[in-house]
Amino acid sequence: MTDTPTRSAPDDALDLYGTRVTSRFLLGTARYPSPDHLRRAVTRSGAEIVTVSLRRESTGGDKAGHAFWHLVRELGVKVLPNTAGCHSARDAIKTALMAREVFGTPWIKLEVIGDEATLQPDPFGLVEAARELSSQGFEVFPYMTDDLVLADRLLEAGCKVLMPWGSPIGSGRGLNNPYALRLLRAHVPGVPLIVDAGLGAPSHAAAAMELGFDAILLNTAVATAGDPPAMAEAFGKAIEAGRTGFLAGIMEQYDLATASTPVFGAPFSPFAG
Amino acid sequence: MRVELNGEAVETEAATLAAFVIDRDFDPEIVATALNGEFVPRFERADTPLAEGDRVEVFSPRQGG
Repeated sequence: MTDTPTRSAPDDALDLYGTRVTSRFLLGTARYPSPDHLRRAVTRSGAEIVTVSLRRESTGGDKAGHAFWHLVRELGVKVLPNTAGCHSARDAIKTALMAREVFGTPWIKLEVIGDEATLQPDPFGLVEAARELSSQGFEVFPYMTDDLVLADRLLEAGCKVLMPWGSPIGSGRGLNNPYALRLLRAHVPGVPLIVDAGLGAPSHAAAAMELGFDAILLNTAVATAGDPPAMAEAFGKAIEAGRTGFLAGIMEQYDLATASTPVFGAPFSPFAG
Repeated sequence: MRVELNGEAVETEAATLAAFVIDRDFDPEIVATALNGEFVPRFERADTPLAEGDRVEVFSPRQGG
């Protein structure tokens, strides 16, 4: 099977800090079985944005980071650097400054981790770092919980995009709290909301898009699939389907049945006339 | 002189951080640097002298989620 990208409707672009993208799928670059799996997964996903990180470079002749950077540049996609692994606002700010220099972008996926077991974001450190980075000209994509007040504080701090979790990073549990996500969507209409982390199956991504979320960011579910490029395509299609369904207007739910086939004129019916 | 590079002790004759980056075969445009825990922007590396026992960290792009 050839690696043709999943395509989104060009007239349904997503605006992220003034940058318009047509794909609503942001893909992580970690944990793939090989660089070739990564390359093919990005192509099949249709993603225009991939997440990357900064780590200590190897000190010997093998410059792994240099090779990875050449691979990403060949893909021709935009990069969203992260501050993964930071546990304080101070460390996240320092990492962001270095990422801006290396990747040449004001975009930063801001992660300030507060709990090691769940990798739950530290809301206090997150707001502190978001405020400082926004004041220094960064365009911050904060990885957050689904807390409404935190959303307000992050917007006040200068964020114009929010990235609530679906469930803990790498857990594959999907949308842990659809109720909270629905409230959040209604609480900040017009703010681009990207569900980031915890999705395991394409149906999870479709469900998030059906709730009115603007995009999906994920990594593990694709990278650790049996066939990562095929899973990238599956998620791309699910995101597309969920988005189209949301725009089309999803019907209300009812407790009782309503016949879809017209009753009038049915054979042997007392209403046959 | 002896400095620490990403946690490993190394010998170097480089007088500045900029010279050290070249000396250790890093691409100066691809890496970010920190000296003793503080970020040193690319344009300041040439004016940043190295001293015995300094802790140098060199970061580069890596896979991320």
